[in-house]
Amino acid sequence: MKKLSARRRHPLAAVVVLLLALVGTGGAYALLAPTSKAQADETSQSLTIEEGKKLFSVSCASCHGTGGQGSSDGPSLVGVGAASVDFQVGTGRMPAATSQGPQVVAKKNIFTQAQIDQLAAYVASLGAGPEVPTSEQYGPDGADIAKGGELFRTNCAQCHNFVGSGGALTKGKFAPSLEGVAPKHIYEAMQTGPQNMPSFPDTTLSEKNKKDIIAYLDAVNSPKTVNPGGLNLGGLGPVSEGLFAWIFGLGALIAVAVWVAARTAKAKKS
Amino acid sequence: MSSQDIPEENLPAEQDHHAHGAVSVADERDPFSDPGLPPHEHRIQDIDERAAKRSERVVAMLFTVSMLATVGFIASYVTIPKDKAIFVFPIGHISALNFALGLTLGAALFCIGAGAVHWARTLMSDVEVADERHAISAPPEVKAKVLADFKQGAKESAIGRRKLIRTTMFGALTLVPLSGVVLLRDLGPLPGTSLRHTAWSKGKLLVNMNTNEPLRPSDVAVGSLTFAKPEGVEESQEDFQNVMAKAALMIIRLQPDNIKDKRELEWSHEGIVAYSKICTHVGCPISLYEQQTHHVLCPCHQSTFDLSDGARVIFGPAGHALPQLRIGVSEEGYLQALGDFEEPVGPAFWERG
Amino acid sequence: MSTTENTESRERGKAPAGERVADWADGRLGIYSLAKSNMRKIFPDHWSFMLGEVCMYSFIIIILTGVYLTLFFHPSMNEVVYHGSYVPLQGQMMSEAFNSTLHISFDVRGGLLIRQIHHWAALIFLAGMFVHMMRVFFTGAFRKPREINWLFGFLLFVLGMFTGFTGYSLPDDLLSGTGVRFTEGAILSMPIVGTYISFFLFGGQFPGHDFVARFYSIHILLLPGIMLGLMVGHLILVFYHKHTQFAGPGKSEKNVVGMPLLPVYMAKAGGFFFLVFGVIAAIAATTQINPIWAMGPYRPDQVSTGAQPDWYMGFAEGLIRYMPGWEINFWGHTLVLGVFIPLVLFGLVLGAIALYPFIESWVTGDKSEHHILDRPRNAPTRTGFGVAWVTVYMIGLIGGGNDLIATHFHLSINDVTWFVRIFFFAGPVIAFIATKRICLGLQRRDRDKVLHGRETGIIKRLPHGEFIEVHEPLSQEQLHTLTAHHQYEPAQVGPAVDENGVERKIKGSEKLRAKLSGAYYGEDNQIPKPTVEEYKEITSGHGHH
Repeated sequence: MKKLSARRRHPLAAVVVLLLALVGTGGAYALLAPTSKAQADETSQSLTIEEGKKLFSVSCASCHGTGGQGSSDGPSLVGVGAASVDFQVGTGRMPAATSQGPQVVAKKNIFTQAQIDQLAAYVASLGAGPEVPTSEQYGPDGADIAKGGELFRTNCAQCHNFVGSGGALTKGKFAPSLEGVAPKHIYEAMQTGPQNMPSFPDTTLSEKNKKDIIAYLDAVNSPKTVNPGGLNLGGLGPVSEGLFAWIFGLGALIAVAVWVAARTAKAKKS
Repeated sequence: MSSQDIPEENLPAEQDHHAHGAVSVADERDPFSDPGLPPHEHRIQDIDERAAKRSERVVAMLFTVSMLATVGFIASYVTIPKDKAIFVFPIGHISALNFALGLTLGAALFCIGAGAVHWARTLMSDVEVADERHAISAPPEVKAKVLADFKQGAKESAIGRRKLIRTTMFGALTLVPLSGVVLLRDLGPLPGTSLRHTAWSKGKLLVNMNTNEPLRPSDVAVGSLTFAKPEGVEESQEDFQNVMAKAALMIIRLQPDNIKDKRELEWSHEGIVAYSKICTHVGCPISLYEQQTHHVLCPCHQSTFDLSDGARVIFGPAGHALPQLRIGVSEEGYLQALGDFEEPVGPAFWERG
Repeated sequence: MSTTENTESRERGKAPAGERVADWADGRLGIYSLAKSNMRKIFPDHWSFMLGEVCMYSFIIIILTGVYLTLFFHPSMNEVVYHGSYVPLQGQMMSEAFNSTLHISFDVRGGLLIRQIHHWAALIFLAGMFVHMMRVFFTGAFRKPREINWLFGFLLFVLGMFTGFTGYSLPDDLLSGTGVRFTEGAILSMPIVGTYISFFLFGGQFPGHDFVARFYSIHILLLPGIMLGLMVGHLILVFYHKHTQFAGPGKSEKNVVGMPLLPVYMAKAGGFFFLVFGVIAAIAATTQINPIWAMGPYRPDQVSTGAQPDWYMGFAEGLIRYMPGWEINFWGHTLVLGVFIPLVLFGLVLGAIALYPFIESWVTGDKSEHHILDRPRNAPTRTGFGVAWVTVYMIGLIGGGNDLIATHFHLSINDVTWFVRIFFFAGPVIAFIATKRICLGLQRRDRDKVLHGRETGIIKRLPHGEFIEVHEPLSQEQLHTLTAHHQYEPAQVGPAVDENGVERKIKGSEKLRAKLSGAYYGEDNQIPKPTVEEYKEITSGHGHH
């Protein structure tokens, strides 16, 4: 158990090194990017792919291979699509630390959205896959929140808990909390099935279904969510409620009982 | 075991019982003996009338706060709309009505209690008194009287002599509760073989729970997870819950060469396999599917099944593999069942075999 | 005739109104005789003696709020479409039970508060009973004459668990429905009768349309009715036996020292009811419990992770989670040991603590009454057993929350389960040995304190350079308190020949009792308390520091 938890700790050093490397190289590429508008219009697509390729060779190729064909350290990216890249890099899961625990976890994203788009465009060019959704697809307009709730309980709650507090999987893996995850990333996760999460392609969970689920999550697990009863204790159900009842409920009552039963201060003997 | 069995030395030594209230004087002969209740010491309130007055004011103030809080409770009930939410740090967004009603009610109650206890602690006499305990068991003469009375009663009833009455009475009293037991029979039907069958049968299409459309093989991608119900089952129908409690289906697609179990491969369609969603342990809808390991975990008790190997149990308290549904493709190209499950789904039971 | 009327009316005119009412009642109920022995009844003051009051008051709070909830709750499983004010469920199909619970939570003013008070009070009720039971256990308050009251209390705890379970199952939400499904699975695991009991309980196949209505009558009538009776009996016995007390100056087995019911205890105990109610109301005002709207209506094909019962069932949940999946098939039958063994263990573990008083009294052979409480250290074997029992219980709770422990401490759920599997066996053994050693250590310290006095922390340097700590001799009050406990001699197997010189057969039970008694009170299992002779020898030899 000790060994495992040690492995799960991500060495900060690796992240720092990566960060420096990326700020250096990525920033340099961004600065060197062509600025002429006319030129950009003409060849923007190929240029974006070109920039993405350069970013890729610096940040991703060591594990996924120079052509994204995969290696012993990382899977092939041919056919994973732009949505997958946008999710993995946008949530900070990629680039991953070199020593992995049971699963790659979200961390601070170190790229600009423009750089992510370039990377996504490059990976998408390797083989067709799901595209990055538009805000129309994941936006709240026309969503049925209640239907989203039903879909969430059918497809998602078994791993992510009733309102997305997350939960355990086998051998140290876990389904992360969905609190504060951008709607776009939730959409992409459903579409692409990152890591051990199964995918929910449009053929089985329609675009409208996904929109409903995102709207439901926004209603029940966002900073503006009202918990009418008060503190929601992490949304974890009876375990945290039981702990609270023992520590604060019974604890407070015992403190009161100590006061009730204690001797009143005696007058000092003169 | 009677008390005679106990050797005398096993019993605790009799202790000296000094009369309580004796003046505390160190006993030269037995320094461990009971010095008696310590003398009563006065509280500040007992000797200082100003302190007592202060206590009185505190108690009265607490009772007054309680009254005000009750007024506040009623005012909150009348004025606060039930759908109003407010932000309270560190609680977050909370129903204003719940917050106001609860706190005013809590304050109104707490202050009554605090007032009463403060009154008792500071102003009521705090002289400790001792009460004698009295023997619980009756003295021998009482016991003798009761036993004699009982014998007399038993004799007068002749229950010992007239054996026929006694026997038939006990018989009647034993039998009469049976009527009550018999009445319980209609609590439910007998199980019969109902646990062995589900709503699946040959030719029933697999309908996607999300879209309510029948599934085609091309809809199901490798790594995806889909849940299905038998065609013709709608949420609005009366027995929907009972049907789904057994028929819920979990559909995944594997690369056919990843399927280790021969029968699983045979019962699949192009790598698409359909397993019962109901855990074989105690019936939770198991569905924590890890698409890279092909393991499925039960969220209730962590039974883990390997869906690439006949859904055999690899961890946890489940006793047997998840039942697989044999599937194929209908003439119209939809996924369909090729029969019911071959074994009962859900938790094991005595008659399962 | 007219004269008596006259005197009566004259008397009536003189006496104060309260007295006249009391006279009226006395003529019909005999209240004066009743009050004679009870009005100034003495109760000792100690905070731990108020744990039982916490339970009683939360039980009363539960009844009061529960009655209010029944005014709005519909115990029906008919499916309806939700049209209430909680938007994320509008248009969903749900049972009337769930629908009416939403109605209480969102559309009845104060309904949510009462629901939350009811549920929080239930959790605290059970927690209070657990701690109260442990207090009684560790101080030996269950000894004669209180064994029956111990059983009453134990029954209240067990019935409280099932009342709680049937209660939180009523809203028919996705979490509680999952718990009911688990119950069905557990019942099905019983050999021979399981399937039948399940079909009779649910009115056919799970979930059917009956269980909410059936649980409702069990939850609001059957179980609380029995509990109310047991609680009244429990209280009557507390009054009848008079309360136990800790050893101290002036306190003996023959008296009870404290303050009278009227006025001090009336004010303190009465006030404590309001304090308990106030604290629970404040918790319910600020802390959400069982948000069924977030869980959604029950559907047997849906589930959420983190599916746990309320804490008092967590121990059973743990047992079922860490049990290996054993299943035996023979002659067309299935023996579901993986579920049935935890079911049996659940009863055995609870039964062990219930029967303990009888086991201990058999081992000690002590038939005398006990009203002075033991300090836990002075009964090392009992304390060790108690801590071992609590350890088994806690391991169950940890097992029941293994998934949350895994996610919050970044562990593997499989490792947590294995840890719990091992510590289910190792934990109580370690706890027993460690507790016993600690108790014996504390006994030794008490002995030293009696013989050598209290360590003052003042270091003195003697003329020849040696440093010593000044020990202050104890007062007689302290000496008495520290030496007031009984110490048993280990029971011996009686002589092999009776008084007539005839060889008698020594029963196996007698040998076992002697063995157990040795383990309880033999050498190394208790530290002999200092005798007056030892004390005198030491104090006269050393002189006073």
